[in-house]
Amino acid sequence: MRRFLSLIVVSLVLLAACDSEPSSMPTVDTGATGATAVTGALPSDAAAIATERGLSPDDIYAALKTYTPSGKTDPYIMISSGGQSGQVLVIGVPSMRILKVIGVFTPEPWQGYGFGGSGDKVLAGGKVNDKDVLWGDTHHPSISETDGSYDGQFAFINDKANARLAVIDLRDFSTKQIIKNPNAINDHGGAFVTPNTEYVIEGPQYASPIGWRYAPLDQYKDKYRGLISFWAFDRTRGRVDVAKSFQIELPPYWQDLCDAGKKVSDGWVFCNSFNTELATGGVEAGNPPYEAGTTKNDTDYLHIINWKKADAVFKAGKVEQINGIAVIRMQTAIDEGLLYFTPEPKSPHGADVTPGGEFVVVGGKLDPHVTIYSVSKMLAAIEAGGLQKDTYGVPVIPLDKAMEAQVELGLGPLHTVYDDRGYAYTSLFLDSAVARWTLGGPYADKHPEKAWTLVQKLPVQYNIGHIAAVEGDTATPGGQFVVALNKWSIDRFANVGPLLPQNFQLVDIAKGGEQMKVLYDMPIGMAEPHYAQIIKADRLKPYEVYPEVGWDAEQMKVDPNAITKADQAKVVREGNQVEVWMTVVRSHFVPEQVKVKQGDHVIWHLTNIERTRDATHGFALSGYNINLSLEPGKTETIEFDAVLPGTFTYYCTEFCSALHLEMLGYFLVEP
Amino acid sequence: MKIPIPHLDSDVKVLLPDGSEHKLIDYLLPSALLMLAALLLMISMFLPYWRLRLYAPQYPKGLAVNVYVNHLEGDMREIDGLNHYLGMPPLDEGGRLERSISIIAIVVLGLLLIAAVFIHNRWAALFALPAVAFPVIFVADLWLILYQYGHSIDPQSALGGAIEAFTPPLMGLGKIGQFATFSSFQPGFYLAIAAVMVMLIGLWFHRAAYKPLVDARKRARNSARTAVAQEVVQ
Repeated sequence: MRRFLSLIVVSLVLLAACDSEPSSMPTVDTGATGATAVTGALPSDAAAIATERGLSPDDIYAALKTYTPSGKTDPYIMISSGGQSGQVLVIGVPSMRILKVIGVFTPEPWQGYGFGGSGDKVLAGGKVNDKDVLWGDTHHPSISETDGSYDGQFAFINDKANARLAVIDLRDFSTKQIIKNPNAINDHGGAFVTPNTEYVIEGPQYASPIGWRYAPLDQYKDKYRGLISFWAFDRTRGRVDVAKSFQIELPPYWQDLCDAGKKVSDGWVFCNSFNTELATGGVEAGNPPYEAGTTKNDTDYLHIINWKKADAVFKAGKVEQINGIAVIRMQTAIDEGLLYFTPEPKSPHGADVTPGGEFVVVGGKLDPHVTIYSVSKMLAAIEAGGLQKDTYGVPVIPLDKAMEAQVELGLGPLHTVYDDRGYAYTSLFLDSAVARWTLGGPYADKHPEKAWTLVQKLPVQYNIGHIAAVEGDTATPGGQFVVALNKWSIDRFANVGPLLPQNFQLVDIAKGGEQMKVLYDMPIGMAEPHYAQIIKADRLKPYEVYPEVGWDAEQMKVDPNAITKADQAKVVREGNQVEVWMTVVRSHFVPEQVKVKQGDHVIWHLTNIERTRDATHGFALSGYNINLSLEPGKTETIEFDAVLPGTFTYYCTEFCSALHLEMLGYFLVEP
Repeated sequence: MKIPIPHLDSDVKVLLPDGSEHKLIDYLLPSALLMLAALLLMISMFLPYWRLRLYAPQYPKGLAVNVYVNHLEGDMREIDGLNHYLGMPPLDEGGRLERSISIIAIVVLGLLLIAAVFIHNRWAALFALPAVAFPVIFVADLWLILYQYGHSIDPQSALGGAIEAFTPPLMGLGKIGQFATFSSFQPGFYLAIAAVMVMLIGLWFHRAAYKPLVDARKRARNSARTAVAQEVVQ
């Protein structure tokens, strides 16, 4: 019996042995096999390259830290502002490769965004006074958060130029909504989310009369106001809900950058400001220019706003509806205890909450210090009451009752981010450096140095503005890398004419103490980005292809006009309206001939019925300014009047297959 | 054959009509093996029998189709999409009739195997042996489907003129255009083979157990006849 059983086993093993399958394509050498780990000295050919190119050991270290072999992906993804391009950039870290340009406020042909498809609807949300404004000045991206940490579901960004806010869905990295702030003409302190993305905060910048009305500048003090917006975000719909959003009227102090409190400071928002002087400029009339007028006072005001209480005040109806949105008037905000000030040194910049929410760090900009405010001290002072009031009646917490520490870092401290071992990193614009310094309080035990001390100043090239660290503005910072977002690159790249690229510099912060190093220069040749956030790549769960054939990517559900098979394609005429249902697949459109009469109204539904990753097709219709990007599964609808008679072609704008050039059709408009 | 399996009611003996004794296990074993064969065959329905993998530079993970006795699983959509350039029919059209009757056929074969358990003579083989045919028919039919498939290129299609008719191999490497193919039999098929082998072994034990019984009956009958004849003679 045993002999027989073993016979069976042997036979099965023999059969199975015939099935020893290659694990990858058997006839193609992927180049990945046979690699062994390098230990000890450089291999001789690598050493020869280092000599030939004059690379130092530091250079080799930097190369090894950043080089990402083909086929390997980055552990971190940076979502960066695209500055005045109006777009958002997606960049891999540490390879510093651009992965994507997301069309946000500006049409983006490669995404078919703004050329006939559903992107037109999104862009229409950004109309200003019913007029298209097809660019933006994107400043501060903000990834949605849960419990103070990035959850990787959505990203928000503001347009400083026109006070607009955009929502990007990180399932497909495309823009789903743009809203125009009806009461402001510009903004700056946005977007920043509250710890569970209850609200997306859009802080103001240059004061103007609320509701965007006219008032002469000599009425600045009485008529001009700041305005901070709390946009309620509905995660299920992936949209800002204006009806559930509110704004708070502020003094015209040019509020600048904000940050939401978290953990122990959850419920509060902090914004710096820089024109408590109420300067109105007019250098041409002999007045001090803004640059002097706004820097006269020794201190401006850090704004301390109780948003949870404001939310209750809004829900209690103590608001005024202005242009369709609820506004809490400044006096109500003061009376209800929503708004407090505390002095901050001379024209400050940034207001960055520490990971545990205990402190707020404000950069001096024109003062060589960062000032660290203690949330618990400020709350105690508010609790104690008896505060002096400023010109507009806002209670002011004296600096000594709010401040925890000041650290002298150098010239031009702007923004601060954090790592996982108690260090803070501040950009020094004038010194053109990144300062690493130590936090105190609960962070003092995490680093060997003394608390509240400068540890290292690392020169960066040049004129650093914002600074980003891996999850460095969240409750759970990641460490490893900082990116210096430098405004000038001067001599870092080959000369490509007088308009230079910006320089994103990757900085290694993996080792403690004075061991920060610049690793890599990345040119940004399409905009001047402001802020960026770096998220761990595994927090992102984007689609590989849209979940079903016939997906309406704008609504994130199946489109009723989708068709799933070529034999469902059809052209239906009703009166002078012609409706087309078209399938798109390698390498043909169905139908391939569409005939209409001049003046017909054409509604054209296109569905890419592919299910294979990267099998994207484009659809360009000559003469009608139409270009779509149809990713696998996506359905788009275009609608236009066939006003131009003649012979037109439509063709695929993504090189999809060997017969891509043959993927076309004729659109005949009979006169 | 002596099979040393202790503790299986070794004190219980089977008494044959000729008075000879056999162990209980001699009769349980063939029944168990035939039922095991039926069980293996049933399980194989839920596992793939055959798989075709395709590799090309632009498909780093490859493409695969798993063939079950009654359906296909895998990247048929993409393979069909590619094959439309050759004017080939969808994969799902191959072997439709066979797939529609395969479950019934396997159930019938399984029932026949179980029936064989209750037939205690040489006719049991007649019930059990059709199961041998199943994997054989599967392989032959698969080859036929593959042949027809590879010979259905439409010369009027986009690339029909560029690719010659072919038959994807049943096992091992092949090449079609930029695709390397690798075909292999899968656990379902091996289970069916195992079922056949178990069944054959079962039949061997069946014969070992019941041939003595049949012979003993004969002997008993013969000796009875002889006794009657002797009585008649006396």
